[in-house]
Amino acid sequence: MIQIENLWKSFDGKDVLRGIDATFKPSIPNLVIGASGSGKSVMLKNLVGLIEPDKGKIMYGDEDFASMDYNEKQHIRRQIGMLFQNNALFDSMTVEQNIEFPLKMFTQLNPSERLDKVNQCLKMVDLVNSNKKYPSEISGGMKKRVGIARAIVLEIKYLFCDEPNSGLDPLTSRVIDELIAQLTVDLGITTVINSHDMKTVKDIGENIIFIYKGEKWWQGSKDEIENARINNKELDAFISASF
Amino acid sequence: MNFFTDFGRFVLFMKQTLHRPQKWSVFGSILIREMYNIGIQSLLVVVLIAIFTGAVTTIQTANQLLTPSDLFPTQLIPKFVVGAVVSTSSILELAPTITCLVLAGKVGANIASEIGNKKISEQIDAYEVMGINSASFVALPKIIAGIIVIPSLIIVANFLLIYGGVIATQFTSALTLDDLIEGARMVFHPEYVKIMLIKAFIFAFIITSLSSYQGYYTEGGALEVGEAGTKAVTRICIFILFFDLIIAQIFLGL
Ligand SMILES: Nc1ncnc2c1ncn2[C@@H]1O[C@H](COP(=O)(O)OP(=O)(O)O)[C@@H](O)[C@H]1O
Ligand SMILES: [Mg+2]
Repeated sequence: MIQIENLWKSFDGKDVLRGIDATFKPSIPNLVIGASGSGKSVMLKNLVGLIEPDKGKIMYGDEDFASMDYNEKQHIRRQIGMLFQNNALFDSMTVEQNIEFPLKMFTQLNPSERLDKVNQCLKMVDLVNSNKKYPSEISGGMKKRVGIARAIVLEIKYLFCDEPNSGLDPLTSRVIDELIAQLTVDLGITTVINSHDMKTVKDIGENIIFIYKGEKWWQGSKDEIENARINNKELDAFISASF
Repeated sequence: MNFFTDFGRFVLFMKQTLHRPQKWSVFGSILIREMYNIGIQSLLVVVLIAIFTGAVTTIQTANQLLTPSDLFPTQLIPKFVVGAVVSTSSILELAPTITCLVLAGKVGANIASEIGNKKISEQIDAYEVMGINSASFVALPKIIAGIIVIPSLIIVANFLLIYGGVIATQFTSALTLDDLIEGARMVFHPEYVKIMLIKAFIFAFIITSLSSYQGYYTEGGALEVGEAGTKAVTRICIFILFFDLIIAQIFLGL
């Protein structure tokens, strides 16, 4: 469970996040939706510590991440996995080496134990026979799978995905959405997904937070969103624009 | 961004970079790869430049000192003086400075664009999220590798510069190999080697740290990565020449 309270962030005097409160629950996909530029990525970067908030709390369980120093944060970071918008795979490493990397850095496993773990993760993301390929040699959907495998290879509790469908065709997008949703349930982790794809919302939107110009404008589930748009013109405009 | 905020940011970057590696085994294997990269990718150009510069310097110095003129009739300047001038300028200036200006273009541009590419493709962020000190992880192996490999290249360049001079004596009747060697022996001073090594270490640090810094703060896309490379080279050259002057003044200024 992650709770954020009154989260503020501005750049050069311009408020990008304006007092956001939100709760992200374990074992269900939590979606953060909103138009491009509404502040979704900035919020995610605050959550993982790539950006320091100006004000507010970021509670991982009962620990406030925002008030920790660099060393204290390391302990939370070990429990975090992240799938980046452009995958951020290490381009000088093979698929296998990418996934093995966190194990090399943070565990005492020997090479064969590491390889077992890597193959186990590759199986979970349904990617076989690509171990020795480089990121530049595989398709967009496969890169996402590698990114997910690398994110979950350490025993994580929290998974963050920034626009996991960006650059994918509609069909692959659905498959990746399903994969993330399934892993969330199987691993019992708290997953936060940034998206502006209404298909994703309709498919896996159990807990949705709609951000409008840096403010939390609406929160609900995929079953409630159609009713909610009737009285919420910003939400309605976002949904209409997404189709 | 003005000079002072830029400089302040560089100091913070170095503070973050000069940290004990989180995992020595990973650091070690990256270090070896970086040493190989820097050494191998520069060896050919360093060898060529040193031999040619040594030969050209010898021919030109001989021409200037040994051609009769009203002011200096030939017999006043013994031929070994050419060897003395060439060997001293090789050790003190040509080997460290020329080599490093070339390496600025080769190694510096390479490091800046490699790290710049990691930055814009979020690989740096990926390290940070994992709890890895990204500045140290990407820059420290390059800086340490540079500090080991570049001075070694400079020592090699120094020998090859003299060797270039030796080759040049084969093409001219004005100067013999013995003149060259005699002059070089006569003025050789261990202090010169010390100054050469001081320059080597400082220049190696400038090349690797400035290029890492320039790459690490790249924002944008492929275009900006290219710009980071060019900007790194320009800055490295300026700082090398500046420190060259400072070191010369400290150790040799009269
Ligand atoms: N590092 C930064 N410096 C300045 N402005 C930023 C920075 N990161 C994001 N912004 C601005 O914050 C706003 C929200 O960006 P972002 O969170 O990326 O939107 P999105 O919802 O599309 O992910 C944008 O106007 C963007 O220009
Ligand atoms: Mg975004």
